[in-house]
Amino acid sequence: MKEELIISGRNIPYIDPHLNIWHWPIPAYLFLGGLAAGLLFFAGLYTLMGKEKQLPTAVKWATFVAPFALVLGLFFLFIDLKHQWYFWRLYLTFRIESPMSWGAWVLMAITPLSFVWAATYIKELIPGFVWKPAFLNRMEAWFINNRRFFASIMVFLALVLGIYTGILLSAFNARPLWNTALLGPLFLVSGMSTGAAVILWMSKDAQERHLFARIDLVLIAIELFFIIHLFMGFMAGPEVQQDAAQLFLGGRYTWAFWGLVVGAGLVVPALLEILKLRGLKIPVAIPALLIILGGLIFRIIMVEAGEATRYLY
Amino acid sequence: MRYAMAIDTKKCVGCSDCVVACQLENNVPSGYCRDWVTETVHGSYPNIEMELRSERCNHCDNAPCVRCCPTGASHIVEGGVVLVTPNMCIGCGACIESCPYDARFSHPDGHVDKCTFCIHRVRKGLQPACVSVCPTKCMYFGDLDDPSSEVSKMLRTRQYKVLAPEAGTKPQVYYLV
Repeated sequence: MKEELIISGRNIPYIDPHLNIWHWPIPAYLFLGGLAAGLLFFAGLYTLMGKEKQLPTAVKWATFVAPFALVLGLFFLFIDLKHQWYFWRLYLTFRIESPMSWGAWVLMAITPLSFVWAATYIKELIPGFVWKPAFLNRMEAWFINNRRFFASIMVFLALVLGIYTGILLSAFNARPLWNTALLGPLFLVSGMSTGAAVILWMSKDAQERHLFARIDLVLIAIELFFIIHLFMGFMAGPEVQQDAAQLFLGGRYTWAFWGLVVGAGLVVPALLEILKLRGLKIPVAIPALLIILGGLIFRIIMVEAGEATRYLY
Repeated sequence: MRYAMAIDTKKCVGCSDCVVACQLENNVPSGYCRDWVTETVHGSYPNIEMELRSERCNHCDNAPCVRCCPTGASHIVEGGVVLVTPNMCIGCGACIESCPYDARFSHPDGHVDKCTFCIHRVRKGLQPACVSVCPTKCMYFGDLDDPSSEVSKMLRTRQYKVLAPEAGTKPQVYYLV
């Protein structure tokens, strides 16, 4: 039973009447980070599998999106800091128990890597392109010679980045909606499916499209499975988590979550993909865009709803 | 040494002197507070019961705010007191999200702020400001490891509860009921 309560004399900005310290830049960043993680994961994975020729969009062209997504995401993170000009304090320490510290360091490693990765394909994108000054060409040649090594690092970092966007939230036991170990895997899979959707959208190659349509279908199936398990866990959990689940099962976020995220963002694009694989002519942009928007709305809802869930009062 | 506070809900009248004393002592910006008074009402008329609680940071033994802090700005000092170093804080809000008591807030200067158990007074042998002004003397502060401290005596002789024990934070502000 929750207590009926009056807090005399307290009306603190961002805290009362309920917590609202994280605003739209945080879910926007979680979306961009997950998207970049998905793109870089597939690029690294298919490089290691030796599929550069067969899957040029996944390995080369789609990775040009990742550095922009990461830089924009970092900018969003920065503007939601309240003590901005101390941000460098993140990089004077490593706090093993703090997911945000892990995230800060992973971003510090994967953002430059994503720039270099895309840069080494500029010569293929623009024939006759030459780096100036000349030593950059030597560095590029060195990177290309060691591409498999960098690809394996990139796969690892992309997985950490994708999982961290969820673990960031699940580490807060004060917010019952977030406090579940499923959130890490769920955000990882969701980020990968948005990455796969971008590759699918950009690809001009029929076989590559076919492969990524199937990858997206598998990821959507896993995501639906995780979402059902998320709510099963809440319903079998303590009272605060049952209350958190109620926000989605009749409460304020019911239509937005089941309609926009699960319906329009997962089920509808999955059905469109299946019909397309069966030979129906559907513009690929429609399912791809639905998956991407679904991933964004999912994060907006999870952040906002999570902040409204609590133990007291 | 383990500093803790015990607050007698049977003696508290909800005057908010503790809130004002804290704001003055710690120069808390207007519109903000590090402690506050909560009124809870159970039941319905005529079987109705009211409880008053002066609440603040619980200086938890298992402090999620310290765990989540990416820079180490949130840290633990002597007696288990949780403090924030303003010029190490980036204002990311992780500790605010992690606190089940909503005891932390974003100071208008950008860094996070909260109750310090008035450690600057305690180090001089004084009581925290809120405890020292309480007109009904319903607040007790001291060292739980010292069996002769007032707070130890109170917890030995009275029934008590803590807030949201199920959150697993092991809070160190006790409410005598």
